[in-house]
Amino acid sequence: MKSISKKEGLAGLIFASPWALGFLIFMGYPLVASMYFSLCDYSVLKPPIFVGLDNYISLFKDDLFWTALKNTMLYAVLSLPAGMMTAVILAMLLNTKSKGMAAYRTFFFIPSLVPQVSLAILWRWLLDGEHGILNPILLKVGIHGPNWLGDPGWAKISLVIMGMWGVGNAMLIYLAGLQDVPTQLIEAADLDGANSWQKTLNVTLPMISPVILFNLIMGIIGTLQVFTVPYIMFPNGTPAHATYFYTEYLYDNAFRYHKMGYASAMGWIMFVMILILTIFSLKMSEKHVHYQG
Amino acid sequence: MPQTPGVDRNAFTIPVLAIAVFGVLFESEQLTKAPPPDKKVHVQYWEKWTDFEFDAMKKVVDAFNKSQDKIQVDILSISSIEDKTLMAISGGIPPDVVGLYGENVTQYADNHAVITLDDMCREAGITKEDYIPAFWNVGVVRNKLYALPSTPATTAMHYNRELFREVGLDPDKPPKTFDELFTMAEKLTKREPNGHLVRTGFMPSEPGWWNWAWGPFFGGTLWDGKDKITFNSPENVEAYDWVQSFSKKYGASAMQSFQAGFNGTFSSPQNPFMTSQNAMEIQGVWMYNFVHKFSPKLDWSAAPFPAAKPNLPDPTVIDLDVLCIPTGAKHVKEAFEFLKFVETQKGLEMLCLGQKKLTPLKKVSDGFIEHHPNPFIKLFIRMAYSKTTCAAPKLGIWSQYKDEITNATSEITLMTKTPKQALDDVTNRMQPMLDKYLARLKARGEE
Repeated sequence: MKSISKKEGLAGLIFASPWALGFLIFMGYPLVASMYFSLCDYSVLKPPIFVGLDNYISLFKDDLFWTALKNTMLYAVLSLPAGMMTAVILAMLLNTKSKGMAAYRTFFFIPSLVPQVSLAILWRWLLDGEHGILNPILLKVGIHGPNWLGDPGWAKISLVIMGMWGVGNAMLIYLAGLQDVPTQLIEAADLDGANSWQKTLNVTLPMISPVILFNLIMGIIGTLQVFTVPYIMFPNGTPAHATYFYTEYLYDNAFRYHKMGYASAMGWIMFVMILILTIFSLKMSEKHVHYQG
Repeated sequence: MPQTPGVDRNAFTIPVLAIAVFGVLFESEQLTKAPPPDKKVHVQYWEKWTDFEFDAMKKVVDAFNKSQDKIQVDILSISSIEDKTLMAISGGIPPDVVGLYGENVTQYADNHAVITLDDMCREAGITKEDYIPAFWNVGVVRNKLYALPSTPATTAMHYNRELFREVGLDPDKPPKTFDELFTMAEKLTKREPNGHLVRTGFMPSEPGWWNWAWGPFFGGTLWDGKDKITFNSPENVEAYDWVQSFSKKYGASAMQSFQAGFNGTFSSPQNPFMTSQNAMEIQGVWMYNFVHKFSPKLDWSAAPFPAAKPNLPDPTVIDLDVLCIPTGAKHVKEAFEFLKFVETQKGLEMLCLGQKKLTPLKKVSDGFIEHHPNPFIKLFIRMAYSKTTCAAPKLGIWSQYKDEITNATSEITLMTKTPKQALDDVTNRMQPMLDKYLARLKARGEE
């Protein structure tokens, strides 16, 4: 019996080894290497020179680092709740029983399939203050639309709005969660005379709270790493670094300024920040998340 | 229904699938198999160009391949070439020849990522005397040659003759001084009563590619050549005061809103110069190609850019694409044979005429100018000899410095900072980076 399980264990390991090896080579090694590089002056083209904590100290004194961090945090604070709320509301609407629901679900999911680069270009055209489609429509209802892309204040809001457009994936996960809410609970609430708002607040939301937590954590990771859309829509963080995000500065340091050590240090700071935020969310959630069964 | 005895459909499935899989494997093997060895040395050449610019170089490559039977150059068009070359060199598998941007050369030379070409050029008889100095110098870092010119460019004022006539200006008399530029721009600008811009005469931030050149146009420098960032010098402050004067005149937000729509339209019919939304702009020799492609009926001219000061006439930006041999290239000798072919008058003229640019060589054949489609090619050649040329400073930290200047210019045009304040900020930020950069070079024994 013992030898069979040992054999099975070995077979299991062998079958899992392609993944394990791939993980060690393509994720584990770079992870450890970047930790070392973050302590080095490293241009990629020359061997790294160990400089201790120099990169980290320089980063804390670097104004642009703080600007980029502030922009990123502000974006996350605006975008995360906006995105989550949109996704939950959409999922709830799409969870009702009405005709043609499959088509509606598809419509709302499609935008998240659009490649980020096309998305950036498309929204540039929509939001353009001078020739865009959005402002003339707003004008028709009496609103003088702002200079969405050129105004430092509005540029970030534009990105948040675009982010809401791509909530399809989160929405789908909520939808799956909603379909998992046992009907007997809703029926029990009905019998107790709860109205639909009370049912949502006291039955549905608690039941999908693990899904909300999952999406929250994925959202924190995603928004803090926002890159492609602003990189294309707002080259060099225009206007006046209002849309210059953390990962853009990281990318510029690594590949344009040839400061891979500095960029690695930025990567590790980001990793620690996300880790802390995730642990914080998990701790906070203990009281609010209900796991079924 | 009666069953056919003895025939089991499933029995066929596996063999048929197996044959199909083998068929696909065999076919893909045939498709991806390396071509039979031809005993030639294959030189890998990475180039950033696409479209007709790539085709022009392809012609030169084909001509080289035909001219002898020992070397075959394989040209490949690569996007984001500076990033990918960096990775390829550090990974130890670089191409044999790479077409970089002139302003990348110092960064690569600092890291010895490209090899020096001095000895090979001396042997091959390629000397700096044959080239227009402004272009040759781009490839020289700390007295060593790291890159040879491929296609050069100079800039000039491009203006819309139709709009000049419309507002009563003489289209044969473009502005000659910055004062004239400002007053003519005012005449050409069209605004709605609420201040909303409909058309601009001139905007220093359009196209915004040489935000760093305004200082040198006023006689300023970006670096003292040794250990000091000089971006906040009085000449530079004067230059950016001039840049901000447009925002003061037309309103920062009106300009910002007007210009926000131009982003990404350069290579399209929506380009503001071609839609007559911007009457005058600084542009390079390539502008002809785009006007010709997107707005062939546009009535335009090119002239020397106005002088900021009488002692600084004909200001122009020197822009150059270069050819380098990366460190670790497997076929250095053969790669240089190809460079030698490109750098002949015939090779360079074939390439530069194909790309409709000027040639980096002093000697220009009659046919080159005669066959050149750009009616202002002589002007662009003349600009290369101007006294007021400015090129990217030879600093390995230039890409970061340039980004800082771009951001400062944005702050200046948005009027969130005074020019002096913005220039001081850039200087204070870049000085420690220069110190560190120089210390690093010194540690490596290169000064």
